Amino acid sequence: MDRSSHPRSRRFAPVIAVAAAAALTLAGCSSSSGGKKSEEGAADASAGKATTPRMTVALVTHQAPGDTFWDTVRKGAEAAAAKDNIKLIYSADPNAGNQANLVQTAIDQKVDGIAVTLAKPDAMKGVIGKADKAGIPVVGLNSGLSDWKQFNMLEFFGQDESVAGEAFGKKLNEVGAKHALCVIQEQGNVGLTQRCDGVEKTFDGKLDVQNVNGADKPSVKSTLTAKLKQDSSIDYVVTLGAPFALTAVQSVSDAGSKAKVATFDLNKELIKAVKSGDIQFAVDQQPYLQGYLAVDGLWLYKNNGNYSGGGEQPVLTGPAFVDKSNVDKIAEFAAKGTR
Amino acid sequence: MSMTQQAEPAVTTPPVSGPGKEKDGRTQQRSLVLRLLARPEVGVFLGALAILVFFLIMAPTLRQGSSMSTVLYQSSTIGIMVLPVALLMIGGEFDLSSGVAPVASALTASMTAFELTLNVWVGVIAALVVSLAIGFFNGWLLVRTGLPSFLVTLGTFMGLQGVNLAVTKLVTGNVATDDISDMDGFDQAKAVFASSFDVGGVNVKITVLWWLAFAALATWVLLRTKYGNWIFAVGGNKDSARAVGVPVNFTKISLFVLVGFGAWFVGMHNLFQYNTVQSGEGVGNELIYIAAAVVGGCLLTGGYGTIIGPVFGAFMFGLVQLGIVYATWNPDWFKTFLGVMLVGATLVNLWVRKQATRR
Repeated sequence: MDRSSHPRSRRFAPVIAVAAAAALTLAGCSSSSGGKKSEEGAADASAGKATTPRMTVALVTHQAPGDTFWDTVRKGAEAAAAKDNIKLIYSADPNAGNQANLVQTAIDQKVDGIAVTLAKPDAMKGVIGKADKAGIPVVGLNSGLSDWKQFNMLEFFGQDESVAGEAFGKKLNEVGAKHALCVIQEQGNVGLTQRCDGVEKTFDGKLDVQNVNGADKPSVKSTLTAKLKQDSSIDYVVTLGAPFALTAVQSVSDAGSKAKVATFDLNKELIKAVKSGDIQFAVDQQPYLQGYLAVDGLWLYKNNGNYSGGGEQPVLTGPAFVDKSNVDKIAEFAAKGTR
Repeated sequence: MSMTQQAEPAVTTPPVSGPGKEKDGRTQQRSLVLRLLARPEVGVFLGALAILVFFLIMAPTLRQGSSMSTVLYQSSTIGIMVLPVALLMIGGEFDLSSGVAPVASALTASMTAFELTLNVWVGVIAALVVSLAIGFFNGWLLVRTGLPSFLVTLGTFMGLQGVNLAVTKLVTGNVATDDISDMDGFDQAKAVFASSFDVGGVNVKITVLWWLAFAALATWVLLRTKYGNWIFAVGGNKDSARAVGVPVNFTKISLFVLVGFGAWFVGMHNLFQYNTVQSGEGVGNELIYIAAAVVGGCLLTGGYGTIIGPVFGAFMFGLVQLGIVYATWNPDWFKTFLGVMLVGATLVNLWVRKQATRR
């Protein structure tokens, strides 16, 4: 499922456009502010390189195409793979049955380790048992906190969504919120529902839930605007993904509401918004760390027999809060798309 | 569809049956009301009106002017794309790639401007070229191979989905584009594609104006020009149309190019309203566009339909989506409400037309 290999003649259209644009650069149409030029110069993080024998690891997630969060997970995994002399095979499918098949293909390829997310644990149980039987170590990441041990997996790196939600609820109490709106961008997603439930558990005020169509920005924007107009007592909007937080900021101003916005998860645009005060805070589960540790964990197990948490306890990567007080430290990493 | 379908649009310009003509008693003269009801857009108008009244009763907040402006904004972002999609359907084809095409366009504009550090207008023009090329490719492949548009555009849909993601990742290293809001030309482009202004204290988005302007233009083209007749002709019966000298291939390809233009416009709105684009967006919108056109009285089989109908169809979509929110119904049922409302509206539409055309 390498998504970079779509043989389509259409690919040439952007190439031609880019070539035409390049000609225009010479014609003096360049922008004096922003753009790639202003961003260049940031160096990549690089650690030493392992000299251990080449091994192959499969990372199989439930990413939907084009999601910024999962892109960060993948970057973490790639960084660890580059450092550990690992060949990383990345594949993803949001459909649980398809994801299980992807794990099966990894087993067929006789990889040295599998890192997998358990968004829908029941669907993954059978195939993880097969990997176990084939003697391939399996580690969990991101989702599946309550199931990884039963599935006889080696270790787990992630954030407990309920715990993160509860921490978020407490933070809302701290900042004096009275009536919050939890925005679910993908109706029926287990992890997202757990976050809202977690917030509700610890939040002292009133919490409403609103589903929006995450695949369509104008729809997200107008739905939130409508909700904020309908109920002017809402004073905090809680989004469950960074791009939706930025859209929520526009909705708040459109609706003439006084509500503040806080969110789960980060991306580089969001960091700017936290800096400027448009967004109050973000709960970060550190997706880069999840991808990195899962791959590095398999390397450590193969080369030194280590396993984090002793196979009993998960390794928690979040929740970490990012707000105005600590955003500057994170900004430089976020600019590279790794936080 | 037989050629007789072509006669249908003539209903919108009622045949001469003025007072000067005497009845011979062989056919019953139908009343003005019935003749009005027989117009394809009246059913959807009544359906939309019924839903509007329903939500005005259920949701007090909707009665404010600013709420209606939000509904119109939501409808316009759907509606601008529904116009060319409806024309294409009248022309007998449909386009499954219309959901992801705006995203492809926005990605092209954003990446061209950002990566090469150019004035954003260069990106806007590059995106227009790419969007029109995608539309042309769809149409060209269709007339060249004779494959059904379902298959051709399904291929483009999937291809674009992959290209959107892969090229974005290849070029930017991320799956979303970079923020271009601090670049030259952004403010001008935003003024064109994504600005808003106040009318009597109510904030109106410019997309609403564009939507209505494009709709007026499309209606004029469809009903008053030769090209409009060609659209009905190729949608009704391709072979008969060709036999009477209609340039079938040109008409079909140009309709796909028009969809490309719509995708470009919507894509530019999304880019300049939200500053960045996520490459995975847009999937599923193609069905909303097609559904709004069908609710608006366009036949899935082609050769029949109007532009005003799909305008109300898009309005109905926006209204139902947001009406549910204003009415504070349980959000778990959101999609179900939407589905029930739409099928209901289509049935009302059908029923009205049947009643009206019955003798």
